[in-house]
Amino acid sequence: MNTAARSKFLSGDTFFRLALASCASLILLIVIGMVVVMTNNSWLSIKEFGIGFLYGTTWDPIKGQFGALPFIYGTIVSALLAVLIATPLSIAVAIFFVEQAPKSIARPMAFLVELLAAIPSVVYGLWAIFVLAPFLREYVYPPLQTYLGWLPFFSGSATGLGMLTGGIILAIMITPIITAVVRDVLEAVPMTQREAALALGATDWEKTRIVLANASSGIAGAVILGLGRAIGETMAITMVIGNRPQISASLFEPGYTIASVIANEFTEATGELYISALVEMCLILFVVTFVVNAFAKLLILSVGNKNTAAG
Amino acid sequence: MDSRRIVNSIATITTAVAAFAVVGVLVIILSYISYQGVSSLSWQFLVETPKPVGEGGGIGNAIVGSLIMLGLASLLGVPIGVAVGTYLSEMGDGWFGTTVRFVADTLIGVPSIVFGVFIYALVVLQQGYFSTLAGSLALALIMIPIITRTTEEMTKLVPKTMREGALALGAPQWRVTLDIVLPAALSGIATGVMLAVARVLGETAPLLFTAFGSRFYNIYLDEPMASLTVQIYNYAISPFDEWHDKAWAATMVLVGMILLINITMRYVTRKRY
Repeated sequence: MNTAARSKFLSGDTFFRLALASCASLILLIVIGMVVVMTNNSWLSIKEFGIGFLYGTTWDPIKGQFGALPFIYGTIVSALLAVLIATPLSIAVAIFFVEQAPKSIARPMAFLVELLAAIPSVVYGLWAIFVLAPFLREYVYPPLQTYLGWLPFFSGSATGLGMLTGGIILAIMITPIITAVVRDVLEAVPMTQREAALALGATDWEKTRIVLANASSGIAGAVILGLGRAIGETMAITMVIGNRPQISASLFEPGYTIASVIANEFTEATGELYISALVEMCLILFVVTFVVNAFAKLLILSVGNKNTAAG
Repeated sequence: MDSRRIVNSIATITTAVAAFAVVGVLVIILSYISYQGVSSLSWQFLVETPKPVGEGGGIGNAIVGSLIMLGLASLLGVPIGVAVGTYLSEMGDGWFGTTVRFVADTLIGVPSIVFGVFIYALVVLQQGYFSTLAGSLALALIMIPIITRTTEEMTKLVPKTMREGALALGAPQWRVTLDIVLPAALSGIATGVMLAVARVLGETAPLLFTAFGSRFYNIYLDEPMASLTVQIYNYAISPFDEWHDKAWAATMVLVGMILLINITMRYVTRKRY
């Protein structure tokens, strides 16, 4: 009995299982470690500013005044702009690939869209500075000002580097990500639903609408996943958003995001409070993107579960 | 009836236009990179170190730096990622496996700059200097959840019957996993690893305050290290036209490497399945 228990304990399987499980626990340790280390390193700022850090509007390293609101505002507005543009586009592309195009066209095109997701952020930034921003300044923003200039969003002068350009480059970057997830979600909808709709005489589009309705929570998950990416995107947006911590209704005006201020100021930050404030920004970014991603993941999973449950 | 047909046609045309437009963006970006990049590309550019404006200079040390950090990151990230992925697929059905799977999936979406700040606080701040090691660690952290996920997916594709056959012959689970499951899933896992490598090769933000960047050839782990991406960033945000040209040429090299990995991997896996 005793020897049997010991040999079980020393057996290869137990050891193997323990070794792999300890690697797996490393994932959890990383997350816990990140929270602990970043909280620890931002403690000075957390103590100094408290909750006021979130709604403070002054960012003045020289006076030691740090408020995150302009950055939070810039992050939210640019990410929402990106999602607003990318969502209809991505859903349309995914519908084309899954519901409409013949496989021989859809496959290679879907691969090309996936390649778009493989292009590094800094490359998008480079392209945005020298191609996209000048193009928007010359051909897109002037008509927007002429016809919609009475709206506060399109007032003021457009230099090309600002919130809207940032939102547009983010939109281009998250479109392949949202498209890929929506494609998966649409493909998870059982074929029988399409067949039933078509058998009742539905057109292609009517069939697609039924599929979309069944996939809606997964699509919502895909969009939220895209939102998470947009919130955390760093290099490309840093290169075109203008990097000015201000809250302005006009989308032509420069803004600043949380990720951008970390990228720009971290290496140059002097003084413990300054670094501490930047780490606190990073902690906020981590917690927000983690929660947003977890939420998106749950929504996407719910589609899979519903369809397996239904048969 | 007619109006339904019209709506149907409009919908089809709209989605087709959207799809071609998105593909068009890729074509525009890639052709612009090639057009701008090719003029500054030369052998000198590929082997020289950066020099002041007007004196030429290149990205040789940046290419080497990127490759060294990529290698170190893989050395750490690949075994851990494969181990966690194997755990999740072979014995990850309980609450612990579910939790790890969920956290790993969520980590994939965490901005890479966060890993950079984490490693800065954990390593750079303690040591007091930017280093190759810190940069590699940040990249490894980004790789681990990606490799975990693809390894799990690829390992799950191995038919249950193969495991059952081996177990029925009396093999313990660890032999089944190491000798049957992992070899069968190897090409899939390798694909996942290469895609993670391609992804990390393009990372800039986590290197800004870990490896920092350097103007010299360097092979030491405890010194700042250049990378292609950071070099592109520095060239791009400079006010000099000449450096902008260099940014495009360096981008062409970087994107060329990344696309090559992606396309090759796609081609290899397509032939197999």
